[in-house]
Amino acid sequence: MALDRIRYQRRKVRSRITIGLCWLAAGLGLTILAFILATLLYKGLAGLGLNVFTEMTPPPGSDGGLLNAIAGSLIMTVIGVIVGTPIGILAGTYMAEYGRYNKVSSVIRFINDILLSAPSIVTGLFIYELLVRPMGHFSAIAGSAALATLVIPTVVRTTENMLLLVPNTLREASTSIGLPQSLMIRKVAYRAARAGMVTGVLLAIARISGETAPLLFTSLNNQFWSTNLNAPIASLPVVIFQYALSPYEDWQRLAWTGALLITAAVLTLSILACWFGSSRSPQ
Amino acid sequence: MSFLADLQSSPSASPTERRGVLARLRKNDLFFRYLTQSSAYFVLILLTAIFASLVAGGYLAFETFGLSFLTTEVWNPVTEQFGALAPIYGTIVTSAIAMLVAVPISIGIAVFLTELCPKPLRRPIGVAIELLAGIPSIIYGIWGLFFFAPFLQRYVQPELIATFKDVPVMSTLFAGPPYGIGILTSGLILAMMVLPFVTAVCRDVFETVPTVLKEAAYGMGWTTREVVKNVVIPYTRVGIIGGVMLGLGRALGETMAVTFVIGNAHRISGSIMAPGTTISAAIANEFTEAVGDLYTSSLIALGLILFFITFVVLALARLMLLRIEKKAQA
Repeated sequence: MALDRIRYQRRKVRSRITIGLCWLAAGLGLTILAFILATLLYKGLAGLGLNVFTEMTPPPGSDGGLLNAIAGSLIMTVIGVIVGTPIGILAGTYMAEYGRYNKVSSVIRFINDILLSAPSIVTGLFIYELLVRPMGHFSAIAGSAALATLVIPTVVRTTENMLLLVPNTLREASTSIGLPQSLMIRKVAYRAARAGMVTGVLLAIARISGETAPLLFTSLNNQFWSTNLNAPIASLPVVIFQYALSPYEDWQRLAWTGALLITAAVLTLSILACWFGSSRSPQ
Repeated sequence: MSFLADLQSSPSASPTERRGVLARLRKNDLFFRYLTQSSAYFVLILLTAIFASLVAGGYLAFETFGLSFLTTEVWNPVTEQFGALAPIYGTIVTSAIAMLVAVPISIGIAVFLTELCPKPLRRPIGVAIELLAGIPSIIYGIWGLFFFAPFLQRYVQPELIATFKDVPVMSTLFAGPPYGIGILTSGLILAMMVLPFVTAVCRDVFETVPTVLKEAAYGMGWTTREVVKNVVIPYTRVGIIGGVMLGLGRALGETMAVTFVIGNAHRISGSIMAPGTTISAAIANEFTEAVGDLYTSSLIALGLILFFITFVVLALARLMLLRIEKKAQA
């Protein structure tokens, strides 16, 4: 009897320890997040002023801002999304609507999932071989192409998932009144899955706006204002990379401010996507 | 009812008109179908093109060095001697450290979120962990360089060196001096980055465990620890391994965060606190400065090796996750 009690006590204690460790793990995760955000705010806000948005990236030792980098990032992100999104949506449409039970679709799904988590630096090398080397110079076009390559898998994934959630009765109802399949997809299925598809695009934007590795040797960098798509262009992540690793204090301060801007943008987009997805998806 | 009357009074389309409309619809239908189909095939072409471009770019390096490219440690741009062993070693060791640290913590958080957390807190804490996944890797890099590495250098590494000074194997593993940056720091930063991915997968697969199974176990008087250890984890083992592999795939290819804190030294050191390099960090650091075809080609060859390794790891991860999906549906 006593032995049983001791054994029971021991089991209870061990369970308590495990539970305690799980709480600790969750606490650790939240602490890391808090530390990163706190450091960003502390260091980033110090350099945040109007000049960040109105002046160009400075040479070391003088004042300046991040205007050309912000503009470059926006330009390449917009082009990347405009090019990547239609391809992603159409591919996702094929897999969910036409080839739902195909062998090919499951192969594409498998490959797409791998592309989704493949190293982004490899994308940079790919675009370098495909565009930069034949053209002979770095350019904003190459940077946008690299970003578009990263947009596609994200959009394919969410589009397919969202279309799969659209109830089949909707499709049957619209087909029964004689709607051709392509019209049914565009007028009925897309409309039902719209919120989820928008979420996917938002997530894709969030993902590419912080990407650095694929831009390092596609769009390179540019210290001056440039909107020429056929020339190297500055981007926030690459400027942060260059400035943070420099020995100049004012460059490092700008890097922190840039880091704060990017994180704010990415987290806003993610939260927006999260809210948009949960409040209006067809589930 | 006037609507119906209108319909009846309007003249019906002639057969030729109807045929015209139907033909147009059919043409549009086919066009849309082929458009979506070719976009879907584009994804396949993309993967093939990435592989092909890396093979083409790295061909010169493989041709020059042969298989010894994989087993040589020397990396000397001046004499044009390149070997991939140091970056491959660095990639594997940093990822191993990351997984060793991240996996237990991730499983802990997932257990916390599915079994222990009070209901109202579940969603906010889950979202917070997901935000960790949303933070761009360059942010981890700059934070690691200016905050985490100095912290390790000042408080953690001297302790580690002192503790393991007289322990046989550990003294080489944790040999000083405390640089702050290095293999260990990179591994820990990577751990923070893959943590949310592994946690998300574990949480999702833990939720597939039928409540009946858990209730039956609790009903027999099992403690929470025993339910998790003997019911939840065995039931979801394949899924957990899939999640771990997914995290490993991320860790292997992670670039910017590592580039900041690894020190970029092409050598294999016995100590995990020494600077090193990884495949992705070497490419990020050196590619734009690479002079000469052989140097560039060697870096692209490194990229090919990285893509191959991550492809295999991610493919295995997907296969395992597919298995648990089928199990959940059955």
